[in-house]
Amino acid sequence: MGQYGIGQPVRRKEDVRLLTGKGSYTDDVNFDGQVWAAFVRSPQAHAKILSIDTSAAKAAPGVVAVFTGSDMKADGVGTLITDVEFKDLAGKDMFRPKRDFMTIDRVRFVGEMVAVVLAETQAQAKAGAELVMVDYDALPAVGSTAFAAASNSPVIWEEHGSNVGVHWENRPEAEIEAHMAKAKTRVVVDIVNNRVVPNPMEPRCAVAKWDNDELTIYAPTQGGRRIQQGLAKIVMNLPADKVRVISADVGGGFGIRGKLYPELGVVSWATRKIGRPVKWRGDRSETFVSDYHGRDQINHAELGLDANGRVVALKVWTIVNCGAYFAENGPRLPINGGGRIIPGVYDIENFYFSVKPVLSNTVPTDTYRGAGRPEANFLMERLMDAAADATGLARDEIRRRNVIRQDQMPYRTQMGMLIDSGDFIGNMDMAMKAADWAGFEARRAESAKRGKLRGIGLSNFVEPSGGRPTEEMRIQVTPEGKAVVYAGTHSHGQGHETVWAQLIQTFLGIPFENVSLIQGDTKIMPKEAAGTFGSRSSWMGGVGLQRSAKRIVEKGTKIAANLMQAEPEKVSFDAGVFSAGTSSVTLAEVAKASYELKNLPDGVEPGLDESYFLKRDPEEFNYPNGTHVIEVEVDPDLGKIEMLNYIAVDDCGKVLNPFIVHGQVYGGVAQGIGQAMTEMTVYDDEGQLVTGSFMDYGMPRAHHLSMIDALFNEVPCKTNDLGVKGAGEAGACGAPGAFVSAVCDALKGFGIRHIDMPLTPDRVWTAIQKAKAAKAA
Amino acid sequence: MLINVNMTINGKAVSGQVEARTLLVEFIRDHQKLTGTHVGCDTTQCGCCTVHVDGKAVKSCTMLAVQASGKEILTIEGLAKADGTLHPVQEAFREHHGLQCGFCTPGMVMVGVDICRRHPNADEQTVRHELEGNICRCTGYQGIVEAIVDASAKMAGGQA
Ligand code: FES
Ligand code: FES
Repeated sequence: MGQYGIGQPVRRKEDVRLLTGKGSYTDDVNFDGQVWAAFVRSPQAHAKILSIDTSAAKAAPGVVAVFTGSDMKADGVGTLITDVEFKDLAGKDMFRPKRDFMTIDRVRFVGEMVAVVLAETQAQAKAGAELVMVDYDALPAVGSTAFAAASNSPVIWEEHGSNVGVHWENRPEAEIEAHMAKAKTRVVVDIVNNRVVPNPMEPRCAVAKWDNDELTIYAPTQGGRRIQQGLAKIVMNLPADKVRVISADVGGGFGIRGKLYPELGVVSWATRKIGRPVKWRGDRSETFVSDYHGRDQINHAELGLDANGRVVALKVWTIVNCGAYFAENGPRLPINGGGRIIPGVYDIENFYFSVKPVLSNTVPTDTYRGAGRPEANFLMERLMDAAADATGLARDEIRRRNVIRQDQMPYRTQMGMLIDSGDFIGNMDMAMKAADWAGFEARRAESAKRGKLRGIGLSNFVEPSGGRPTEEMRIQVTPEGKAVVYAGTHSHGQGHETVWAQLIQTFLGIPFENVSLIQGDTKIMPKEAAGTFGSRSSWMGGVGLQRSAKRIVEKGTKIAANLMQAEPEKVSFDAGVFSAGTSSVTLAEVAKASYELKNLPDGVEPGLDESYFLKRDPEEFNYPNGTHVIEVEVDPDLGKIEMLNYIAVDDCGKVLNPFIVHGQVYGGVAQGIGQAMTEMTVYDDEGQLVTGSFMDYGMPRAHHLSMIDALFNEVPCKTNDLGVKGAGEAGACGAPGAFVSAVCDALKGFGIRHIDMPLTPDRVWTAIQKAKAAKAA
Repeated sequence: MLINVNMTINGKAVSGQVEARTLLVEFIRDHQKLTGTHVGCDTTQCGCCTVHVDGKAVKSCTMLAVQASGKEILTIEGLAKADGTLHPVQEAFREHHGLQCGFCTPGMVMVGVDICRRHPNADEQTVRHELEGNICRCTGYQGIVEAIVDASAKMAGGQA
């Protein structure tokens, strides 16, 4: 299909616009007569609200109105509640606390909204917010994950009587212990999977306008349909078609921008209340205390192996810190997000899994790049390294003995998932070869001469992708023969403008440059639009387009037959041309004709405009997988780690545009390395967020990373017509395990076998000092 | 009290009345409606707001509008030629996939131009070190670093 077809490294269409300052982000939107919103956020982690005095704020210059949660409640605004429901083995339901859009009588985390001030300028709104007097009666707080689950911790939700939302188990532990008892070797690991702050570079923002009895709201989302529905139902009490959500350019999503955040509800409600447009421009400090956080688990796990180093049983106990409320997906992440894939690429039949989602006085956690799968894969890889130590087998050998082989595919995991394809041994071979694993010891010796400790590590991963099981895509062929794609997916960095145009050129022969994309506006996007998250777009959007295109060809065939005076059965379509015998007519001609009634055969509606509502089995996913290898050098005097080499072997199925998929890999890897190396979210014992800005929070910078060599081990997916697998989250799954493995390999002379992430110089140095002291003692 | 400021932005003389506390980035975005320059943080860490002041890269969130009075400002909107020809750094970002969501991009490009000016034929490590003040969450910096290394070589070779 020439230089713009499927599989070509096509340069992005969106780039010129974004490189010349012509992007259109939410903060670029302003309306005449708009007021500015500033939120009063709790400085307390846990407290009763005794009173809120808004009088001084109301009297301040420029202030138009001040509202609290009670005002919204009095207006009939509802509450947010998690989508998730689980039961324990005895059938008892998970506790599901309700969240007010602004809290009314109690605050449960630092940053929780208590009131909103609306004023003529942003500065006046912020000054007004300073004048709202809230009388707090402080309560003991829970800042740490371990403490939240402890029996002596303060309880955040008294009506539930415990911070543990549910104790979910996949089966009684005794069933698996029976298998574990037969193991020759038992290994145990304890791991903290650190909380991270997702931090898209665009701070959150919203501009809402009430006009003609309709709400329009601009905000950075990952596809606004669900937010539209939530706002209409819970906040505005309107039919959904009276609410319009627009997300033009969005500065990063990473899973956490697809949510109905309370701020969106407040500005939506407020604009109708005061009859003027309302704008809120969040600053980075607000990102830290109001965007959902990611990860935050404590894992204890036990692996039993037989005399051949084959796993006989696995037991995992997970505590996940969901913050002050269960967010949309919070408790689901370890279970449906990651847990389903916990044995990872390994063939493990006997698995016990216990999960306790806990509530604490912290920002709620929800889906962040990988959403449970990075945690699950990291756990498996730490277990494999520990198993290698315990059995004396090499790290790759223990893995080779346990991975699911290609001849076992499709492979039904013990959690019920069906892995259709993947070449897990091939991934390892390819990555180790590219990394010159065999020649590593010579490099280690060379580093040692310079006083540096060199290490190499690898990690396997597999991660179910696909997200929600429905999507709708529409293709309109204009009378000029150009195509407009109306997407249910939403690109916020993934390059859909480019990739969808490649697909249209491939399927319909419409030139790449004649394809445009419309997305991110609930008024004109397809009705069943779902959005972009869970590495789903290549599948749900791509196959949706493929099927829409098929409908275009089917209808076009009828019109072409009419134009050519041929039998429709005799008409074939290739590269934009319909032919029958010696006659032919182009798709552009057919498109033009389709809008002229005289050309239409009986029963054919005018226009060439087709959509496809794609539904897949909700249990069906695709399975991106791979092996990543990292080489590092540790400075033992400083604890500083330098990344020297990164090999990423990924099986993303059929690659639609390698240039863009590589970008997805690099980005995912950087977020994985960030979690493993620099990113630490610190709450103190009082529940204060200590790392609340880019000054304190370690975002990975350019100098933390090396170049990443991304290779594909392409095994087409069998469960979708394009053969695609996800790509967006793979890097974040592969990087942490490989990184920690590499550092521990460098430090093996000290007997250091694990350090909890992030491996900051301080942590590495401290581990070395402890190991030295222990040796001396 | 409002203060008069006059400066040149992208070759055009502009003036306005600002409060003493008005930041240069606010003047650029809110007063001049040049929304290509972005704000990504409140602690001078992210570099999304980078513009050139008298030819040097400056974080416009960390300079007052009054301090910029009388100076020559270049923003992302003024970098390409009037006929739309991209600056070599912009072109290199496109060629090397130096951007995804595009939010950090204007700042990255503006700092990239400054790096190329100061380091002809910059190597990878120099560029990584120079990017200390700019954060990107999407790209893993790979395409950004490649783009700046490439542009710096091309510009040094007189191809610009
Ligand atoms: S906005 Fe200027 S450095 Fe972040
Ligand atoms: S491209 Fe999205 S933050 Fe850099």
